[in-house]
Amino acid sequence: MANDAAEPMIRVADLVTHYDERRILNHVSLEIMPGETMVILGGSGTGKSTLLRHMTRLEIPTSGHVYIKGQDVCHMPEEQFNQIRRKIGMLFQSAALFNSMTVQENVALPLRELTQLEEPTIRIMTRIKLDLVGLSGVERFMPAQLSGGMKKRAGLARALAMDPEILLFDEPSAGLDPITAAGIDSLILKLKMAFRMTIVVVTHELASAFVIADRITVMHEGEIIVVGTPEEVRNSRHPRVQQFLNRVPEGNERDVKAYLRSLTESGF
Amino acid sequence: MTGVLAFIGRNTRSLFRYASGLYELSAKTAFWAFVAPFKGRGLKWGSALHQMVLVGYNAVPIVSLIAFFIGMVLAFQGAYQLEKFGASYFVAALVGVSMTRELGPLITAIVIAGRSGSAFAAELGTMKVSEEIDALEVMGLNSVKYLVVPKYLAMLIMMPCLTLLADLAGILGGASFGLYQLEQTFSMYVLATRDALVMRDISTGLVKSVVFGLTITTVGCYQGFAVEGGAEGVGKATTSSVVMSIFLVIVADVLFTALFYYTG
Ligand SMILES: Nc1ncnc2c1ncn2[C@@H]1O[C@H](COP(=O)(O)OP(=O)(O)O)[C@@H](O)[C@H]1O
Ligand SMILES: [Mg+2]
Repeated sequence: MANDAAEPMIRVADLVTHYDERRILNHVSLEIMPGETMVILGGSGTGKSTLLRHMTRLEIPTSGHVYIKGQDVCHMPEEQFNQIRRKIGMLFQSAALFNSMTVQENVALPLRELTQLEEPTIRIMTRIKLDLVGLSGVERFMPAQLSGGMKKRAGLARALAMDPEILLFDEPSAGLDPITAAGIDSLILKLKMAFRMTIVVVTHELASAFVIADRITVMHEGEIIVVGTPEEVRNSRHPRVQQFLNRVPEGNERDVKAYLRSLTESGF
Repeated sequence: MTGVLAFIGRNTRSLFRYASGLYELSAKTAFWAFVAPFKGRGLKWGSALHQMVLVGYNAVPIVSLIAFFIGMVLAFQGAYQLEKFGASYFVAALVGVSMTRELGPLITAIVIAGRSGSAFAAELGTMKVSEEIDALEVMGLNSVKYLVVPKYLAMLIMMPCLTLLADLAGILGGASFGLYQLEQTFSMYVLATRDALVMRDISTGLVKSVVFGLTITTVGCYQGFAVEGGAEGVGKATTSSVVMSIFLVIVADVLFTALFYYTG
């Protein structure tokens, strides 16, 4: 749980990012405590993935900083960041398994490339990670042979390979049926209980957010509008938050006739 | 008027960005291929061997067949002119010198741009859109080292080999015409070729082939890394990698031919 005395595991300070000329993140600041599960919630295109990608230095900000355990990762040399990187695992939205390798080779890759472990040890460790995510017996399968949920699990096993302290999830349940998605949620809960990892989950699934989160950050158009416990977020009076929680579509407050008129006038 | 200026400005800027992107990628690749291994950072020889089979060995039939036909066509066209002067004997020289100095490297480059440059762009582009490249980077595995360097080394080694093969196939193509039309014996044709060729003809061709190979690799990989937006982006990158690398190969050909001409 959040502990105010401790140093934040991840601190995002006044982050501003552009893609070309378009501003994607607008002075975003956020602190994530060790052992905490933070869910970043928001509609699509609000910059959630972009924020997450800054935490592993996949993007370099226009201005602002990202600190991991107090170290500014955006401006340190590559060599130094490689040490920090080993403590971070990431599950991508598309699982990002290497399609030319089997499941077992995917999970073993970081161990083979980044450690001096012997092949038998690596084989045992990959088996343990695959068991942990509930995937055994598919070691020899190619990623294309797996279902969406299994791909996510295999991607998670690979993210766990180096025993990270921080786990980042980008839309873990996107594109999955509700039952499989719930399975992934309970897996995240299990990891949280068992390893006390710091977990950041980007999602637009409300139900899942309230199940797994210690705290929730709500984003809208590149800005953070609320940070708080699930209870606090649910009780927030911020109109955008309420709109999001009640699933009111954007622009619903407009007069229907005016809306139709605007459509016909714009030439449709 | 300002519209035209803005158009020129925008295109100049994107051309400049493309060129500096290519330069940056080749610098990184050269670093990971030649400098990093001596700092104990390793090299992926396994993948490089695999790539050599893909870009080199598997291209042997098509490269030699095309070069054979081109050699034959050259002999036909050459004979058409030379016969007028009763100089059919020089067909062998014409074919030998043009193949080794120019057409061997060029034909190999064009075939390889079509079959391997495009494959590089498609492979890296697919990996880009399925976030596999990001996944490598997140693990701390450098994508240039793991994905580009093996292709680069494979091309560095296989392009001169394929070019030599194309030279040979072209000369054989010419010889087949010589035997049939000029009623030369095979050994006469080969001797005539040998008399006409100097070592420099072959070596300049091989130097060109290395430059062409590295150009094709860099353009293909650059286009792959630059893919945005799904399968459609991959298709576009594949096409433009072929067009762009053939264009740059021809530009490099002009520069090197001029260089060899004036230093020769
Ligand atoms: N590589 C990119 N180039 C240009 N624009 C991008 C790129 N990636 C994302 N964007 C834009 O940035 C905005 C935020 O994207 P993202 O962080 O993926 O949103 P979310 O994950 O919240 O759906 C979107 O409007 C998207 O179009
Ligand atoms: Mg996203």
